[in-house]
Amino acid sequence: MKYSKYILPVVAFVVLVWMCLPENMHVKFQVQKSKVDFTIQPLSINLNLFGWTIKKDFRTKLGLDLKGGSHLVFEADISRLKAEDTNDAILASRDIIEKRVNLFGVSEPVVQTLRLGKTYRISVDLPGVEDVSQAVGLIGQTAQLRFMEIGSADGKIATNTPLIYQLTKYTGLGGTDVKKASVVFDPQTGKPQVSLQFTAKGGELFGTVTERNVGKPVGIFLDSFPISAPVVQQKITEGNAVISGNFTTEEAKQLSVSINSGALPVPIKLVEQRNIGPSLGATEIQKSVVAGAIGLVMVLLFMVGYYGQLGVIAAMALIIYGLLSFAMFRAIPVVLTLPGVAGFILSIGMAVDSNILIFERIKEEQRKGKSFDIAVRLGFGRAIDAIKDANITTLTVAFILFNPMNWEFLPQFGMVRGFALTLAIGVAMSLFTGVVITRRLIDLFYHAPGGKK
Amino acid sequence: MINFLKYTWLYSLISALVILSGIVSIVTFGFRYSIDFVGGTNLEYSISPVATKDAVKKIVDGEKINYSSLEITKTGLFLKSKPMDEQQELRLRTRLQRQLSAKVSIQRFETVGPVLGRETLQKTLIASLLATLGILAYMSFAFKGFNFAFAAILAMIHDFLVVIGTYSIFSRFFGAELDTMFVTAVLTTMSFSVHDTIVIFDKIREYFKYEGKGDIHHLANKALTETMVRSLNNSMTIIFMLLALTLMGGATIRFFVLTLLVGTVTGTYSSPFIATPILVWLEQRKKKS
Repeated sequence: MKYSKYILPVVAFVVLVWMCLPENMHVKFQVQKSKVDFTIQPLSINLNLFGWTIKKDFRTKLGLDLKGGSHLVFEADISRLKAEDTNDAILASRDIIEKRVNLFGVSEPVVQTLRLGKTYRISVDLPGVEDVSQAVGLIGQTAQLRFMEIGSADGKIATNTPLIYQLTKYTGLGGTDVKKASVVFDPQTGKPQVSLQFTAKGGELFGTVTERNVGKPVGIFLDSFPISAPVVQQKITEGNAVISGNFTTEEAKQLSVSINSGALPVPIKLVEQRNIGPSLGATEIQKSVVAGAIGLVMVLLFMVGYYGQLGVIAAMALIIYGLLSFAMFRAIPVVLTLPGVAGFILSIGMAVDSNILIFERIKEEQRKGKSFDIAVRLGFGRAIDAIKDANITTLTVAFILFNPMNWEFLPQFGMVRGFALTLAIGVAMSLFTGVVITRRLIDLFYHAPGGKK
Repeated sequence: MINFLKYTWLYSLISALVILSGIVSIVTFGFRYSIDFVGGTNLEYSISPVATKDAVKKIVDGEKINYSSLEITKTGLFLKSKPMDEQQELRLRTRLQRQLSAKVSIQRFETVGPVLGRETLQKTLIASLLATLGILAYMSFAFKGFNFAFAAILAMIHDFLVVIGTYSIFSRFFGAELDTMFVTAVLTTMSFSVHDTIVIFDKIREYFKYEGKGDIHHLANKALTETMVRSLNNSMTIIFMLLALTLMGGATIRFFVLTLLVGTVTGTYSSPFIATPILVWLEQRKKKS
């Protein structure tokens, strides 16, 4: 069983490569007469073990700057809130915004709250969304749905006042009484409408409201804007209502999403927006990937040129390191941005450093006349102190920059955090490869000059 | 063994020259601030078919947009201005479309309020001060002494000054802008600087352990001689990587990578030639007192 020690590493390596394969890569070529045509996909796990479902797709998630999309920042108007309620209100708003964005079908949105001194902000990243105005409209709606009736019961208001100004009394029926809103089409005109299905309590309330307003208009207001004011024909007890405004299908859909996700407890206003075209991202990423690959090849050539056989081992360790880190990015998953890629590149540099440190120490021990075996053991031992201290310092810095507790006095912005996260993963992986993998590879492949080992 | 410490005066002179010219540049030229810091709008259009520069410029001027720079290229336009809202943007776009009878599409449309920039800077500053304290604490513990940590931090401040000084020069002559990417690069440089210093200090710590705290001058020279090859090799590999990215990478990250390059060079340089002499000086002072 001479080769048995190779089996496990080879299997592990194959799985690792599988996790890191490119997505949807079409391979088509011809070897003499047999045609090869298939699509490469990375590993995708979908297991059902003893009732536990494990589902994992190893795919790269790209950030806004690489994929294109919109970045919006809203500021909340908290002037009307009590200080102790503010935090809850902001968090609730965040959840509602996330719900709206999800209902609208944006993939992988990132919604975060930011607190800057006394102002509260909510940032929304929408990868793939290029039409900002639509997104702003959807998110920014506070969606306070209210049913209003005519203010004074005796109808003394001058009859020439426009109808909507007469509807000043809140009936007590609002958005919270709605169980579900959906888009329907008027069977007669084919126009889109929003149908409301009330909760049990809401249905009852709607019954009493319509009963006392037979022959009179009841207004439906959204954020104090009238949408429609139909005249009640009879008492409605089924617990359903229809809002028919002059909607387009899109508008009706937005309105139903807003009502379904609930009202925002605070009014918000747009303070920042960035719209990044995907083509910009695509060329940037392509150029940088090519440049990175060329840089990496140069590094590997340098290592092999300078350290010979040990350099070949370092090159192997580095490739494994690169694959490991990339698999981690996909497994967590980390949303990759340009600064994130930069953090990764920096950590590659530090991984190379670990290898160089180890080799220099081994050489040093060999110069002292130690045999190779002992030199490797001592060299590793000596180098590990420096590697450990240097990497722990970097990890400390990355940790503070990442701001895991989301403290308001530290950066809460995606860019610095993305950088810190990939740097931390990269450094942790480099500690692992430097200590475990390089050592293993030396055991497996290195043969001391002169054949003795 | 090479007596590296003999030339401490030369290292100080080089560092002083670089840092001084940087500071002079910061004082006289300052920085070009990106919209991350001052607030405003970046707007980039691609226009097809191609229009003449004059025609495009006339339309933009006609819209009374308060722009600070306007670049009209073969494929479109790029302008920076005071904050623009969506209506203004839409108006400009429709007007360009109508009058040039061309297809105009948005490549980039960013509007940032200026407050964000100052907030980012303040928070990042607090974060780096905290990180410095963290480094001080960890190194004092790992090296069982305050002098190592202190020397490493001073070298880090040296690198910080070199990087911001050179960036001001880049800013003046090549149009580099101070943005959040730059802040990231500075933070990277600072952590790299300490990382690099620790490797040399580790060697000195080892000599302390085996040979006792004898002649610190001699031990430091010995450590420098032993680690010089690894320092050079290591920096070389990082420089290869960054050089490839600077020359061939995308334009948005060019100055970012360039800053990292400067940071790597000064980070490597400061470990043997700034941090080590400071450590030797501190240790000698401790002995005398």
